[in-house]
Amino acid sequence: MRPLGNEKRQALHGYAFVAPWIAGFLALKAWPLAYSLWLSFRAVRVTPRGIRTTLAGLANYTAAFLQDTQFTGNVVTFLRNLVLSVPVILVFSLIIAMLINWPMRLKTLFRTIFFLPVIITSGPVISELVSQGAATVPTIERYGIYQAIEANLPPALAAPVTYLFSQIILILWFSGVQILLFLAGLQKMDKSMYEAARIDGATAWEMFWKVTLPELRPIVLVNAVYTIVTLATFSGNEVMVQVQDAAFRPGQGFGYASALAWVHFVLVVLCLGVAVLVVGTGDRRSRRA
Amino acid sequence: MRSRRAAARGRTAWFGAAGLRALAFGDLRRRGVVPVVAVYALLAAIGYVYLYPLLFMAVNSLKSLDDLLNSSVKWIPTAWYPDNYQRAAKVMGFWPVLGQGLVAAALPALAGTVAASVVGYGFARFRFPLRGLWFALVLATFVLPPQVTMIPEFLMYRRLGLIGSVASFIVPALLGQGLRAAVFILIFHQFTRMLPKSMEEAAVVDGAGPLKIFLEIFVPLSGPAFLVSFLFGFVWYWNETYLASLYFQDTWKTLPLQLSRFVASYERMYPQGQNVRDRLNEGIKMAGTVLTILPVLVIYIVLQRWFVEGVDRTGITGE
Repeated sequence: MRPLGNEKRQALHGYAFVAPWIAGFLALKAWPLAYSLWLSFRAVRVTPRGIRTTLAGLANYTAAFLQDTQFTGNVVTFLRNLVLSVPVILVFSLIIAMLINWPMRLKTLFRTIFFLPVIITSGPVISELVSQGAATVPTIERYGIYQAIEANLPPALAAPVTYLFSQIILILWFSGVQILLFLAGLQKMDKSMYEAARIDGATAWEMFWKVTLPELRPIVLVNAVYTIVTLATFSGNEVMVQVQDAAFRPGQGFGYASALAWVHFVLVVLCLGVAVLVVGTGDRRSRRA
Repeated sequence: MRSRRAAARGRTAWFGAAGLRALAFGDLRRRGVVPVVAVYALLAAIGYVYLYPLLFMAVNSLKSLDDLLNSSVKWIPTAWYPDNYQRAAKVMGFWPVLGQGLVAAALPALAGTVAASVVGYGFARFRFPLRGLWFALVLATFVLPPQVTMIPEFLMYRRLGLIGSVASFIVPALLGQGLRAAVFILIFHQFTRMLPKSMEEAAVVDGAGPLKIFLEIFVPLSGPAFLVSFLFGFVWYWNETYLASLYFQDTWKTLPLQLSRFVASYERMYPQGQNVRDRLNEGIKMAGTVLTILPVLVIYIVLQRWFVEGVDRTGITGE
């Protein structure tokens, strides 16, 4: 864009533009991150004259896992829900995107409906709907599906399956952005690849697995990351609620809440790592090609 | 599959077994009736599941206590009953809180959009040392759960006197650290890269500085990116209750926050135990829920094209 030799000026202008972000990052992310890590190893007391901390070593962390009666349960619930919800959301949003991708009327209407939850979903609204029973499909209960599941499956399997059925609307409600991203990916797909596959006698089923899915792999990964982050940072997330409560609870306080938040953060990063491993980045395929 | 091959051999007439099969299942030229009906039916069924909570909410918010208790009244209330709304609006303090909520969503969204446009443009247009590292850090902030930095930020804002005002949302947004700021920076980054450079190059030849180019060339061309970024920022800030309850305390209110305190506020306003009709029932709660989502719902219905196509238009899915 600029003639060579202007590198210094480029660098200066570039930094001038991104300076607000760098300043904000250092002040509002990097420093608080370090401070909260430090707090998580301290016992914090709020006094009228300010905050007093004493070294607590690993006490906050051991208390979280060994003494806190809720935390381990909350973490396990969160992880279980994540493992169940993420694949369902990804598969479901891909199916919806492929259905909408058909050239047809009412396309806009359906897109609008499926994206609607992104606009209205917030913690209190969801918890209100759940408490009123508006988040489950009554048909599922009416036909005794839960009883059938519990009678026919071992308890370890029955619990996750009932969870999926009872939460199905909420799970679907978290698919709005993913559907749009898949749809955009499908629309950018090279039509000639399908034609070539069809001439070679591929069925629609084969084309999906051999052409569509490999091409969409980067979007699958983006969607997996997006889903995990959304579920992990959603206001109604049980671990998030507990962190906020702990911060202002006597006997726990800021240090303890920081420790819980860090455990949660590390778990989220691990989940993202697992997602990257499972979905893959698609690099190996392109290298082979 | 067989019908497809049969059709490929030549034009199929709409009579005989092969013709009927082609009509039902389609051939190379047109889709059959069966798959079309199946796709519509499937989409309609899923659409119903999606809209079910909203229908449930809307219907129950209009039911009187008698209708709520009467199990034969399911989808159509026996009478138009707007009292739930009056009561819910009173409990939530609807009009003043609506105003506060709009301010608490619009100003941070605006600040975040301005910051994201400058930063995103900077990342896309200039080469500077460590650019890759900083950009990777932008993306990394997306993954960071807000509660990890929440406590030090809370302490910092309290020292700065920002707690209890909308400034606790605006200041981070202005510095590119607002809610999901990484998404907006990415939107502007991708959008900048999609714009042709020739106009900016011409301006450089004419001696325009980078700020002038940004303000007079980039900003007028980037309307869609600004609109999409603002709309999503608005909706996400509107729905944010986790940080809002921490930072705003009780001095600044939003509708979702009021909804989360609905039961307590109601019982304060209508003390328990006197009249059964005064007790909190589902109808009133659902009316409160409808009132909470109504403003964003209206915005979505009016501007849905921008929400839905925005993802595509701004090139966030990559080229």
